[in-house]
Amino acid sequence: MSAPEIIDRGIIDRAKVWAYGDNVDTDVLAPGLYMKSPPEEMAKHCLEIVDPDFVPNVRPGDVICAGRNFGMGSSREQAAQSLVFHGVAAVLAPSFGGIFYRNAINHGLMALVCADAPKITAGSHVAIDAVAGKVRDLDGGADYACDPVPPYLLAMLADGGLVLHLEKRFANKETA
Amino acid sequence: MAQTLAQKIIAHAAGVETVAPGEIVTCKVDLAMMHDSGGPRRVQPILEKLGVGVWDPDKVVLISDHYVPAVDAESARILDLTRKFAAAQNLPNFYDMQGICHIVLPERGHLKPGMFVVGGDSHSPTGGAFGCFMFGIGATDMAGVLATGETWVRVPETIQIEVTGGLPLGVSAKDVMLALCARLGMDGGDYQVVEYVGDTIAALPMAERMTLCNMAAELGAQTGLIAGDETTADFIRNAGADPGDIARWQNDADAPVRASHVIDVAALGPQVAAPHSPANSGPVADTAGTKIDQAYIGACTGAKLVDLHMAAEVLKGRKVAKGTRFLVAPASQKDMTTAAADGTLAILTEAGAIMMPSGCGACAGYGAGILAEHEVCIASTARNFQGRMGATSSDVYLGNPYTVAAAAVAGEIRDPREFLA
Repeated sequence: MSAPEIIDRGIIDRAKVWAYGDNVDTDVLAPGLYMKSPPEEMAKHCLEIVDPDFVPNVRPGDVICAGRNFGMGSSREQAAQSLVFHGVAAVLAPSFGGIFYRNAINHGLMALVCADAPKITAGSHVAIDAVAGKVRDLDGGADYACDPVPPYLLAMLADGGLVLHLEKRFANKETA
Repeated sequence: MAQTLAQKIIAHAAGVETVAPGEIVTCKVDLAMMHDSGGPRRVQPILEKLGVGVWDPDKVVLISDHYVPAVDAESARILDLTRKFAAAQNLPNFYDMQGICHIVLPERGHLKPGMFVVGGDSHSPTGGAFGCFMFGIGATDMAGVLATGETWVRVPETIQIEVTGGLPLGVSAKDVMLALCARLGMDGGDYQVVEYVGDTIAALPMAERMTLCNMAAELGAQTGLIAGDETTADFIRNAGADPGDIARWQNDADAPVRASHVIDVAALGPQVAAPHSPANSGPVADTAGTKIDQAYIGACTGAKLVDLHMAAEVLKGRKVAKGTRFLVAPASQKDMTTAAADGTLAILTEAGAIMMPSGCGACAGYGAGILAEHEVCIASTARNFQGRMGATSSDVYLGNPYTVAAAAVAGEIRDPREFLA
């Protein structure tokens, strides 16, 4: 199962939270030692440096709540792709590494700018409306705001990422 | 409305008069640069899926630098695929094992002020030293560019950094960046444009300007930028290309910027970043005495001809400490050739340097020169994230080429000014 199937119009009803700190970098998300490996092999090492429990226990539909500058560093999109491989439905953080943000959207992974994301604790559950810009902590009961995803990018997310988005564009050209 | 240089370039690429910060626009790409890691092996399957080829082969530069030379079956396969892609797509600009992409691109005259350029690598801001808007993208983004010739961008604001004063002995552009990383943090750039201005910049050669823009990546900026001047134009002419209209691609005098910072480098000493972040930087005295196993001059950040010259100043007539490995991977084949002709390589190798091929290699933990468990390295590279250069328990310190060379001689981190006359 991949994240785009779960997202459905930017709404996530209930997702389990994995929580991390500031500056989770691309070498942690996709270690250089495995860069020659295919994406599915790389995905086995995602976050292992900071959290060996993540890969064995993450389930499709889970989300990550993290600190500032999530995905900083390299342009390697295996960082975003590994999270999509494990079915992570969204990453919430006060800010993102700029290239990671683009890579996430391109792979159909919702990246949500949420100033309060560090307040959400590991193991709790959240509901997300990316269009309205709302995040609800279902266990703690608190409501948080997130930046709504701009329509241009939401269209890409809704298509399941850039490749599927372009596929549609080229197909429309042929039939036009 | 007054426009920043970045806004002018983006507006031109988007085919509109002006753009406003925050606006999302679609831009036509003047040049797309990619390498063997994020390039063909990743974009080819996407192009095949879309059933299209490269939109304009003349506007694509492909450079093999990450897995060169092949060290195992997998890297050999990746390089073979890269070469076959260049042939199949009739790419006129394929540089195979000629050096690191960010150095080779301007060296071969591909950059000039006003261009809108994407690079399939996070250190693509290096190109901003030539007055281009050049930023890094991932492989899927690159496939989109190759298929359509365009990409989207959210118009950034500009954060201006005025660098003033003369660089003292043993201090380089690298120290300016390490000091800025400590001061502003790795997200201080907030995916905006970091533009360098001031009298220090005007006096810097292109190679040092490239180091400033290169490490805009470590400030979390979308890109670094330095408006073109006569130094820029000379470099481009020497590379056999036309610099175009330098005067056109400048900031409007009253263009609004988000923030301005001033750094006076006259009082700056050599800086060292402790593990595991470039933002953990401070004066070399803070880490002096740290024993090292390996010293590494390499990468797009710290192995250009000027960097090799800095290392040679320290190493002339000296020997690498017993028990310390000193590896040098010049940034490009051209820089290596020049360093051989001007005697720099002889100084390095007589001191005990092990010369390595031009490429990204050890910096990214891909190739030869990676670290064992608990080993300590000082490098002239840009990143010291945990595990980046090899084992998870290894420690990487970052310094300028003088400092790396001084550590090689002493077997521990030392103030390089002790070795400079």
